[in-house]
Amino acid sequence: MAGFSAEIWQSVFLTLKLATFATLILLAIGTPLAWWLARSRSLWKEALAAIVAMPLVLPPTVLGFYLLVVLGPQGPGGALASLWGARTLAFSFTGLVIGSVLFSLPFVVQPIRNAFEAIGDRPLEAAATLRASPWRAFWTVAVPLASPGFLTGAILGFAHTVGEFGVVLMIGGNIPGETKVLSVAIFDYVETSQWTQAHLLSAGMVVFSFCVVLAMMLIEKRMMRRAS
Amino acid sequence: MSATIKVHLAGQLGQFSLNAAFEVPAHGVTALFGPSGCGKTSVLRGVAGLLHLRDGYCSIAGDVWQDAHHFRPVYRRALGYVFQESSLFAHLSVRANLLYGAPKQARDHVIRFDEVVTLLGIETFLDRAPETLSGGERQRVAMGRALLSQPKILLMDEPLSALDRLTKDEILPFLERLHESLAIPVLYVSHDMSEVERLADHLVLMRAGQVMAAGPLSALQSDPSLPLVSSQEAAVSLDAHVEAYDAQDGIAALVVAGGRFLVPSAPLSIGASQRLRILAGDVSLALVQPNESTIVNVFRAKILSVQESGAHQMVALLGLGEDGQGARLLSRVTARSWRLLGLSQGMSVYAQVKGAALVRKAAPARS
Repeated sequence: MAGFSAEIWQSVFLTLKLATFATLILLAIGTPLAWWLARSRSLWKEALAAIVAMPLVLPPTVLGFYLLVVLGPQGPGGALASLWGARTLAFSFTGLVIGSVLFSLPFVVQPIRNAFEAIGDRPLEAAATLRASPWRAFWTVAVPLASPGFLTGAILGFAHTVGEFGVVLMIGGNIPGETKVLSVAIFDYVETSQWTQAHLLSAGMVVFSFCVVLAMMLIEKRMMRRAS
Repeated sequence: MSATIKVHLAGQLGQFSLNAAFEVPAHGVTALFGPSGCGKTSVLRGVAGLLHLRDGYCSIAGDVWQDAHHFRPVYRRALGYVFQESSLFAHLSVRANLLYGAPKQARDHVIRFDEVVTLLGIETFLDRAPETLSGGERQRVAMGRALLSQPKILLMDEPLSALDRLTKDEILPFLERLHESLAIPVLYVSHDMSEVERLADHLVLMRAGQVMAAGPLSALQSDPSLPLVSSQEAAVSLDAHVEAYDAQDGIAALVVAGGRFLVPSAPLSIGASQRLRILAGDVSLALVQPNESTIVNVFRAKILSVQESGAHQMVALLGLGEDGQGARLLSRVTARSWRLLGLSQGMSVYAQVKGAALVRKAAPARS
């Protein structure tokens, strides 16, 4: 029993670590992307938006399959991995982070983009007339005003990474401590008829999801109140 | 030094074509006036650099902001901009809003924080959030924020139009105080002539994307070739100085070129500058000097020009004094009276002014 709970904690810890890394990277990539999508008048904008949104409709196994090809020994991921003496990025924690980032990107970009669009031109124009460079206006006006969007995006990105299964299974497999995250662990427990553990983890996920959705709704309510 | 504001902006904005050029002195208040959709706001945005028109030229007192080869970005232009809606930063307190554009070094503040706060009467809500302020209060904060960025020119885009009548009356005195106490030139967009008459020294008259005329306010108001003359609200604004004040009757004597007006007023100090607004409809004409009348302001005047104005009415441009060399007045009379009195251009008449309103302290003359 004690051994099992150590295994459970390992996968919980691994999942949280993965979600934290992925969320930080998602914010770093998603913010400029969302800004460009919200502000640009380029014709390419909607094409890029569609690419970002693809994981919403693509089966995770498809995304996982292509990632396996790209990250594997024969792909560019393998070439990259050989720099530090590894054979492949697939079946590694790094590979999981890359996959999670791609898979959760729309969940982070969309709310931040919406928040940037909701600000409109005026506050940025006002900042410019007050000698604020575009860089300063972005950090002191756009980001604070869009903060609810950032919060929503971060929560969604984090939660989505925690719950992801298909992509992980395709590119990560089931290596304890390296790629065996919660969703895979649950699958594994069910496969091997360890229902107690499956129950424990699943119930935990239910509580976690409830908290996430509740938090989102509260943020949205606060946003609405501020807007009115 | 060429202390003027020189603007030429041309370009296509959707269906609308703008081609506006004017040059006005870089002091006092210049009103950009015209009907809605005539392009006044586009001109103001062009001057600010918020609107980038390819064919443009803009210089403020010799400092070129835009020409054929250069376009200085908005944030490098020493301007203050007050939008129609206050556009305060919702995430910052009133104080933080005021200081957003202010230079970090307090010694760089020609326009000081305490002065602005007192001038605009915003001391009491410095630590509140913008959303808790009334529309008028917000607009005052927006003006303060623009001023504290130490601008060389203040651009105001109908700052009062989103406000109701009462709030407008609450803010206008602040604008007048601004005008008196600060030497910064102001470009003020408005479609409300009464605002222009109170605040402006110079006028840029716009219509359909073009500038019809630009010059001193009173000169354009009385220019027969411009449509202002034939409007129902046609009036002239005269800058006068206080010669005497009769405290017993509450009457001030105000002198303009070629005439001396007696106007009921609150106490005024001798020698102070005041602006008088005289509606064309309040000036009637007589051939002989009327005696025993309640109208106290009667002047010798000469009819300089005349034109028909709408339904059976004539508008005459008068010059005060026997020779017509004094201040200009407009008079609207019916075509019937005009005919019966046998009035014509060049005649000497008596102008009876039924009402002359003090609209504000006029700006002290600057050289």
